[in-house]
Parts: sequence; C-alpha cells; structure tokens
Amino acid sequence: MRKNLDIIAAYSIMLGLIILVGFLQSWSMALSILCLCLISAVMTIGANIQWGYAGLINFGIMGYTALGGLAAVLVSAPPVEEAWMAGGFNMLLCAFIIFSMIFIIRIITKKFSKSKNRTYIIAGIIIAGLILLRLISAPAIESIEAVNPATTGFLGGMGLPILFSWIVGAFFAGGLAYVIGKIALGLRADYLAIATLLISEIVIAVIKHEDWLSRGVKNVIGLKRPVPYEIDLQGKEWFINLVQKLNQGSLNLITNSLEKQQALKQLVIESSTVFVKLCFAGLFTAVVIILLIITQKALYSPWGRMMRAIRDNDEAANAMGKNVVKQHLLIFVLGSAIVGIAGAMLVTYDGLFTPGSYRPMRYTFLIWVMVIVGGSGNNFGAILGGFAVWFLWIEAAPIALFLINFFTIGLEETNALKVHLIDSIPYFRFLMMGIGLLLIMRYRPKGILPEKIKRV
Amino acid sequence: MDFLNAIILLLNYLFVPALAYGSQLALGAIFVSLIYGILRFAYFTAGDLMSFGTMFTILFTWYFQSLGISLGFLPTALIAIPFGILITIFYVLLKDKLVFSYYRIKKSPPVMLAMVSIGTMFVTQAIVRIIIGPFDRRFFDGEKFIIKANEFKEMTGLNEGLAIKSTQVITLFVTVIVVSILFWFLNKTKTGKSMRAYSDNEDLALLSGIDPKKVVMITWVIAAILATVGGALYGLDKSFKPFTYFNNMLPIFAAAIVGGIGNPFGAFLGGYVIAFSEILLTYAYKKFFVYLLPESLEPDSLLQLLSTDYKFAVSFSILVIVLLFRPSGIFKGKVL
Repeated sequence: MRKNLDIIAAYSIMLGLIILVGFLQSWSMALSILCLCLISAVMTIGANIQWGYAGLINFGIMGYTALGGLAAVLVSAPPVEEAWMAGGFNMLLCAFIIFSMIFIIRIITKKFSKSKNRTYIIAGIIIAGLILLRLISAPAIESIEAVNPATTGFLGGMGLPILFSWIVGAFFAGGLAYVIGKIALGLRADYLAIATLLISEIVIAVIKHEDWLSRGVKNVIGLKRPVPYEIDLQGKEWFINLVQKLNQGSLNLITNSLEKQQALKQLVIESSTVFVKLCFAGLFTAVVIILLIITQKALYSPWGRMMRAIRDNDEAANAMGKNVVKQHLLIFVLGSAIVGIAGAMLVTYDGLFTPGSYRPMRYTFLIWVMVIVGGSGNNFGAILGGFAVWFLWIEAAPIALFLINFFTIGLEETNALKVHLIDSIPYFRFLMMGIGLLLIMRYRPKGILPEKIKRV
Repeated sequence: MDFLNAIILLLNYLFVPALAYGSQLALGAIFVSLIYGILRFAYFTAGDLMSFGTMFTILFTWYFQSLGISLGFLPTALIAIPFGILITIFYVLLKDKLVFSYYRIKKSPPVMLAMVSIGTMFVTQAIVRIIIGPFDRRFFDGEKFIIKANEFKEMTGLNEGLAIKSTQVITLFVTVIVVSILFWFLNKTKTGKSMRAYSDNEDLALLSGIDPKKVVMITWVIAAILATVGGALYGLDKSFKPFTYFNNMLPIFAAAIVGGIGNPFGAFLGGYVIAFSEILLTYAYKKFFVYLLPESLEPDSLLQLLSTDYKFAVSFSILVIVLLFRPSGIFKGKVL
C-alpha cells in the first residue's frame, strides 16, 4: 500500500479539484470536464504505450483521432439510399480496383527479383490504376454530392448503434498505423516524429475534402447517442420522482404548491443534463478501467519486459533474438488503435463530427504534453497527465483572469493594457501549457508519477 | 502567338508565385536545417519563431507609419525588418540561455530537445497571440504591382497578362541577397568554417579549439535573422496570421528533409522543390492546352491532377517518397 501512496494522493487531489469545480461553478461543467478528462486519458494511454513502453515518437495522434471520429460517422449515421443508388456501385468498384492494384503489386514484388523493369511495371500499374480510379469515381462523386447537399450529400453510414464504432475506430486507426509503420518506422526518432505529423495532416486533408465520404467541412450532426436524451428524460415519470426524492429537503421548504412545481421543473431540467453526463462518464470510466487493466498486465508481462529492453537498448534486444522491427510495428498499431477508440468516443460524446476542428495543437501536441507531464512509461501517470492537463486547459481562462486582475489591481478598468490582456485571456492557456511543460521537463523529467520498474 | 500566350499563362500562374513562395519556404528551411545540423534537434518552434519576428516587424511598421516615415513605392516594413530581427535575436538568445543550454550541457538525447522545443512553441505562440491577437493582419503599403496584367497585355498585344507583384520581386531580391551572404559566410569566413566543422564532427571540432558557445550563439543569430526575414516576406506577400505561420512549419520541415536535413544548400533548393511541386500538381492545365493544341483536340476537363485542397498533402507525399527511397534527402544531408 505504502508504495502506491503517491498515486493515491495525486488522484485524490485531481478528484478533489473536479469536485471543487462542481461546487464553485456547476456540476454540469464539472462532469463535462470529467468526461473529456477520461477521453484524454484514453488518448494518453495510447500515446504512452508507444512512447513509454517502446520509445516511439508518434506525432500523428490527430490523424488517428479523426479516423476514430470518421468510424463513428460511418457506423452510426443513417445510410443515404439515394446516394448509394446514384454512385454507390462506382465507389465499390473503386475500392475493388484499389484492392486488386495492391494485390497485383504484391504478387509482382514477391515473384520477381528487383530490377529496373519491375520498377517501371509497378509504376505503370499505379499510374494506370490512378487514371482508371479518377475516371470511375469523378462522375459518381459528383452525383453523390448532388443528392440533397444541404442535409446529406454523402453515402451515409450503416445506421448501427454508435458504441460499435469504438471498436471499428480502433480497427481503422490500427490499419492506418500499420501502413504508416511499414513506411516510416525505420526512420530515426525525430524523422519519425516529423513524418507522422505530416501524414496525419494528409489524413485530415482527405477527411476534410472528400465530401462523399464524410461530408467534409459541412460536418455531420445529430449522431445517435448511446445514452438517453435530456428532453426524453424530462418527460419520464421515474426520473421526476427520483429528482423529487433527492431534493426532498429543499423542496419541502417551499410552501406554495405552484412555486414548488416551478422549482421542481427547474431541478428536473438541470438534473437531466447532469444525468446524461453521468451516463457518459460511466461509459468512459469503464473503457479507461478496462484499458488500464490490460495495459498494466501487459507492462508487467514478459512481453512488457521485452518492450522495455527494446526501448532501452534495441541492439542488445536484437542480439537476444527479439525481432525489434516486428515488435515496434505491433506496438505502433496497438497504441494507435487505442487513440482511435478515443476519437470515436469523442465524436460519440459531442454527437457531431467536425473535420475542421482537428488541429495539431489540440490533438497532437496537447496529448504529448499530457504524457510527458504525467509520467511516460507509467500508465497511472499518463492518465493523471490527461486529467491534470485537460483540467488546466479548461480552467486556464478563469485562472488567468484572476491573475490579471490581481496584478493589475492598481490600474483602472478602462486602462488599455488591462483591457487588452483581458481580451486575450483564451491564449494564456498556451502560455501555461508551455511553461508547465518546460518546468516539468527541467525539474522532473520523468513526469509527476515516474515509471517504476519492479525487479523480480 | 498561341505558344507565347501559353508560356505567359504558365509564368503568371505557376512560375512567379511558386518562385516567391519557394523563396519564403527556403529561408525557413535553411534555418531549420542549420539548427538540425549544429544543435542536433528538430526545432518545432520554427513556424512560430517566424510569426514572432513578423509580429515585431508589423509593430515597428505601424510605429513608423504613425511617425509618417515611408519608403515611397517600397513597403515601410523593409525598414522595420532590422528592428524585428534585433528583438528576435534577443528572444532566441534568451530562450537558449533559459531553456536549451541546460539540455545541451547535459547532453540530452535529441528527442528530449525536440520535446523542449514543443514547450517553447507553446510559449511563443501564446506570446504572439497575446500581443497581436490571432487575426489576419495586412501590413503592406506602397506600390502593389510592378507590371499589371492589363498594362502587359497592351504592351505586348498578347491575350494573356503577366502580373508581377512588387512583393514577389522584393522576396526574390531579398532572398538572393540574404542567402548569398549566408553561403559566403559559411564557406569563406573562419567562423562559418568552424560552424561547418562543428556540425560535421563535434568532438574533432572541440579538439581543434573551436568555441562551442560561439558556434551555438551564431547559429541562433542566423536562425533569428532568417526567421524574421522569411516571415516578414511571407506576410508582405500574403498576410500575417499566427495560425498560418504555425502550419507553415510543416512544408518547411518537408523542404528541409527533402533537401537533406543538416544541409543548408539542400534546404534552400528543397524549398523550391516543395513550392513548385505543390503548385504544379494542383494547377488546372486546361487553358494551357487550349492554347497549344488544335481546336479538335481541346480537352473538356480541367486537366487538374489534384484539387487545390490537397496542396499541403502534395508536399507531404513528396516527403514520404523521399524518406522511403533516399532517407538522407535528395542532396545528401548532414554534411553542411
């Protein structure tokens, strides 16, 4: 028990802070912070597997998050039959052509030894395939996007419950990671960082501009939730009774029955949002706990020890007969798949998919700050980092406002400097993140909760 | 005549803009490459350092404009650039003293330094946004065009006009001057040679009595100069917006790696490779072929290889291809 004291202390403080927000601001706010903290925690688990276990830098987190989000759309949005009629067949044909191209190229690379002719043939197949794809897809895309462009204009999804998308998102992200890993994992650490960063930008560009697939920057809204809607809850008998029971004390103080009705109505509306967010928080907590158990088990298994050995000295691990390349690819895929789950969770929580909102600052670098601040290599640390940094990211504005008011107390309200500073409050969160990251890297380079290695 | 028209068309929409954009990228790529060669880490603050320098150039431009100082037909920003450079130099040296020197002395792995540069990226971005705000700013004044499309048409009697913006010419002119001074400095002076030696083999360089502090300081000074000049030129040509500058970090990195990271001359050419391929692959060639081909062969489609939405994606794909087949870049990296 004693050795885990720091973990317990850190998590209690974090929970206390969130409860404090509940008392000071509102419970709805506290719960939405908690939900996003949990989603961030899933992302940091993914990044931590890659960086903490294996020492791989993956700056492509944004790309996997967006793919997870795309999975949520493709699984849960209702299918647009008209669009399928208009161009579905051509798009399927395109998919078939792509697969057969890959298949043929694989056969050629396997059967024939490397030569100039082989390279030319492969290049020829790729170019011919691209032209064919273009010819087939262009009219289909046009007709799909012409179907009712104000509300649909895309192929739609499968109309399944959105919870399935968490698994599908993992597969999407894992698949992309497999391709990227095959291409880029041989690179040096900082090259890998840049390459993954750029590839994730390509992924975002595709999602943003292929309207037939994802509606692009027109966004997909109104995705079905896995939890009840506020408006339904407010009409449910049992929910009103529950609220009444919980607030018995304060309601009994009101004597006028009409006022009592009014107060109850208000309470029901307020508690319905809290209830919905509690449901989300419950779902997300379940995911985080499951992932945590799996990753902890993996970390202290022979496989985890092998990963650490590869991270600390890949040449020695290689000499011991461990296949470094294969293990790197495996962990790259696993970590990215977890990030994909988080992406699908995020879209589930928001109920909408906005490709324009995926920016590297928020979805790549912030996640990295979380991992480094929390403690790389330690799952509890990474999760704590997700909580702490997201909390600070949201609460930076009130803190900055307080600090500005405190330091400019002698100045008048209309003072130009003070007005300017108060106007630019949203940007103080970048300052806090940067300074926080620099301080942690300088004085506690292993993070708040450093990695602990059990010696057998 | 049609042939001439086609050539002018390409010059106007492809060659001139790509040359200007390429020069702006090249300036950025050179300093990223220099930092990689000498300080040995990927400098993620690159885009934001450019926006930092540009911001102070803009502030000084506004100050000069309020004083009534101007350069006539040239933009006022040209006098403001040196002041912007001075403040940026001060900023990078301060940053080096407070942040980077600690890790350099400890001989931390490059990954650590790259992470630290992400921290400074957050800080720089915050400073820029707090001081000047996240909005689009234009600070260009003076004569906008050197040759207007209409004037060109009248002069030559061709159908196609060639418009040359003065910012494009200024960009090219300044880039040529700055880059030639830089390469003269690196190749001919003693300090420049010592920097190359340091980049090539740190231990040997230290052994032969090169002062590492001086080398590092000069690298930062060059980085600040190039960042401010490149950023200000980009801002003059297009407009200044902190978010765009942050995004420009990506093609800059692509240019530096394509040219062979650690090799400033490669980075210089890499900038043009990226700029030209971005524009060449996303340009619609329909009009060009309409001029060249007989009427019966005229194309119906736009003849655009990729839609302009994929501009960034093009440069990144080139980078991926280069990384796959020549990881050291087109012009062998890490030699300086």
